[in-house]
Amino acid sequence: MLANLAFWAFSGVAILSALMVVIARNPVRSVLFLILAFFSAAGLFVLLGAEFLAMLLIVVYVGAVAVLFLFVVMMLDVDFTELKQGFLSYLPLGGLVGIILAVELGMIGMTWQASDQAMALRDAAIPEGLTNVEALGLVIYDQYVYFFQAAGLVLLVAMIGAIVLTLRHKPGVRRQSVSAQVARDRKDAVSMHDIKPGQGIGE
Amino acid sequence: MDVGLGHYLAVAGVLFTIGVFGIFVNRKNVIILLMSVELILLSVNINLVAFSAHLGDLAGQVFALFVLTVAAAEAAVGLAILVVYFRNRGDISVEGVNLMKG
Repeated sequence: MLANLAFWAFSGVAILSALMVVIARNPVRSVLFLILAFFSAAGLFVLLGAEFLAMLLIVVYVGAVAVLFLFVVMMLDVDFTELKQGFLSYLPLGGLVGIILAVELGMIGMTWQASDQAMALRDAAIPEGLTNVEALGLVIYDQYVYFFQAAGLVLLVAMIGAIVLTLRHKPGVRRQSVSAQVARDRKDAVSMHDIKPGQGIGE
Repeated sequence: MDVGLGHYLAVAGVLFTIGVFGIFVNRKNVIILLMSVELILLSVNINLVAFSAHLGDLAGQVFALFVLTVAAAEAAVGLAILVVYFRNRGDISVEGVNLMKG
C-alpha cells in the first residue's frame, strides 16, 4: 500500500516537474525542475529495486549534468524575455505532435503482449540472495565487460570533444614557456659594462 | 489497484511525450532543447528498468547504465557546442544554427 502511494507521489512529481522544465520562463527554474524530475525518477528506480541506478542518477545527473546546465545557463548572458518568444505560435503544432505521440504510445501499450518465451530469453537473470549492487557488479565486469569499456571510451571521446570545442588561445596572453626558460644561458641574460665613475650607465 | 509494469510504462510514455513537446515548443532556447533530450533519455531509462524488474533480468539495468553514460556525454558535448555557438552569435536561438556550416 505504501509502495503504491510512493509510486503515485514520485510519478506525479516527475511528470509535473518535467512539464515545468518545458514551460518555465526562466531557464534557471527549468534546470531546478529538471533536478526535481531526476530525483523523482530516482525514487521510482528505488521502488523498482534498482538501487544502484537510482544512486547513479542522483550522483551523475543531479551532481554533474544538472550543475553543468546551471553553470552554462548562468554563464551565458542571455536575455530571458526574448527566449520565450514564439512559444504560443509553436504551441498548437507541439501540442498536436505530443497528443499524436501519446495516442500512438497508448495504442502500442494496449496491443503489446509479452512473448511466451520471455522468461527463457533472459540474458542475465537476477541471482538470489545478492544485493542489487553486487549482482550488477558481477554482471558488468564479467558478461558485459566490453560494453563497460565502450562506455568508458564514449566518455573519453566526449571529454576530448568538449575540451577541443571550448578551448581557445587568446592572443596577447603571456604564458610560461618552459623550453625558452631552459634554453636561456648566460650570454642572453648578462652583459658586462665598464662604467666610468661619476657618469652612470649613460644610455 | 496494485502498481505494475503498465503504470511505469505509462509514466515513461508521458515523460517521453513531454520531452518531444518541449523540443517542438522551445525554438529560441537551445538549453531547454537539451534538457528535453535529457527527459526523453530519462523516460527510456525508466522503461528499461521497469522491464528489468518485471522480467528479473539485469541486462536492462546494464543497458540503462549505458544510456546514462551516453546521456552524460551528450550533455557535455552539447553544452560545449552551445558555449561556442553563443560566443559566435551572441544568442542561443535555434533559427541561426544552419549558419554554422563550414
